[in-house]
Amino acid sequence: MSGTKAIDKSSLLHNMIISAALLAGFGGLGTALVVSTFELTKEQIEASEKANLLKNLNNILPAESYNNDLLASRLTVPADSLLGYDKPVTVYQAWKDKTPVAVAYPIVAHDGYNGDINLLITINVSGQISGVRVISHKETPGLGDKIDINKNPWILSFNGKSINNPKQKLWRVKKDGGVFDQFTGATITPRAVVKAVYRALDYYNANKQWLFLDQKSFDQKYHAAMRGE
Amino acid sequence: MSETLSETTAPSDINEDKKPGSSLAEGSFPAKGSFLAEYTPIAKDGLWSNNAVLVQMLGLCPLLAVSNSVINALGLGLATIAVLILSNMSISLIRNIVRPEIHLPVFVIIIASVVTAIELVIHAWFHELYLILGIFIPLIVTNCSIIARAEAFASKNTLGKAAFDGLMMGLGFTLVLVVLGAMREVIGLGTLLSNAHIMFGEGMQWLTIEVIPDYKGFLLAILPPGAFMGLAFLLALKNYFSLKKKA
Repeated sequence: MSGTKAIDKSSLLHNMIISAALLAGFGGLGTALVVSTFELTKEQIEASEKANLLKNLNNILPAESYNNDLLASRLTVPADSLLGYDKPVTVYQAWKDKTPVAVAYPIVAHDGYNGDINLLITINVSGQISGVRVISHKETPGLGDKIDINKNPWILSFNGKSINNPKQKLWRVKKDGGVFDQFTGATITPRAVVKAVYRALDYYNANKQWLFLDQKSFDQKYHAAMRGE
Repeated sequence: MSETLSETTAPSDINEDKKPGSSLAEGSFPAKGSFLAEYTPIAKDGLWSNNAVLVQMLGLCPLLAVSNSVINALGLGLATIAVLILSNMSISLIRNIVRPEIHLPVFVIIIASVVTAIELVIHAWFHELYLILGIFIPLIVTNCSIIARAEAFASKNTLGKAAFDGLMMGLGFTLVLVVLGAMREVIGLGTLLSNAHIMFGEGMQWLTIEVIPDYKGFLLAILPPGAFMGLAFLLALKNYFSLKKKA
């Protein structure tokens, strides 16, 4: 850039415009790349999420025990402190032909050692636990993370348990006088999980009369009951 | 590893970003024409003499966070390689259009878009890996070695060389990541390649090796301090070899 002052000024403006246009162009290009990738992967992401959820569910509910479309038979229930959520929760219903088999729903324990522990539980229509799995957690690696089935089979000790088996005061870790093992060096994590699982059973027993309804009848009956009719 | 790599070529340099650890001659471009003469220095630089982690000390945040097992390390390493190759290629393609004063913003836009696109692809087709790597995929954007390569190499070199440099820098990064991951996993958990099935499919469960049976675990290695200590150890080792070669 040389020459008189006037030329400098106009070439500066010229340069600025070109730079701005280039920057805008690349911004547009980048956005186009992201938008097109998003559109291309949208369906696949949805399918992967569904497959993953179904896989998680089938780990704790034998696929041969039901024959409905598990992910389609869902019921949205209002937030409940027993589930640990302050937002509505999706309950999945398993049916064999026209007979109810089990329900599955997520629960969350807020009293872990390090943040929330998200769990998924399936409960047979009889009130027995079919299975529990940890979906995500931030517990200490090597100590609290034994609640994860990939690290330790501990979570299987809930299988077959129900609200009266063992008795309420035994629904604790051994250190607190209950029947469930804790881990060496980690009591807070298993304690939180045991409590959350117990609350999930409590929720099932308090609400089982409408957990197998379809959404419309559920909304009517549940709200009628809540109003005390 | 060090012996084979350090004997491949005579010292040469193609990078602008000289670091204290690099003992190469200044500005001596390899002779034009020979494919090998042009590409071996790039490989050597990326893998060893100008390694993103061991020499340039870039990308340490994801490195320290994700190196707690071999599979996590490999997953993030592969994603980083993909980002490096794609961003280097796109930047090499536009190197003559973009003027110096808007280099950085344009590179940032390109790298961010490429990373977002790769994140979506991993989410769609490698869902389980996505669940493991989670937050660390978008954080690849913050891996300084990517913008460093864009500015220092890709913006000055042809498409082929830029792509190769991306591959080699990425491999160098992945190599350190995996070695650190292996160290921490063996010391911390007594296993190697645990969770291999998440990355390679259910049939690959056998890849997991129990190095030390009935190992009680050494928590420190898995926690963040273990990452710092492991990295320090690797750096010391690299410096030892470099100094020994010099002497």
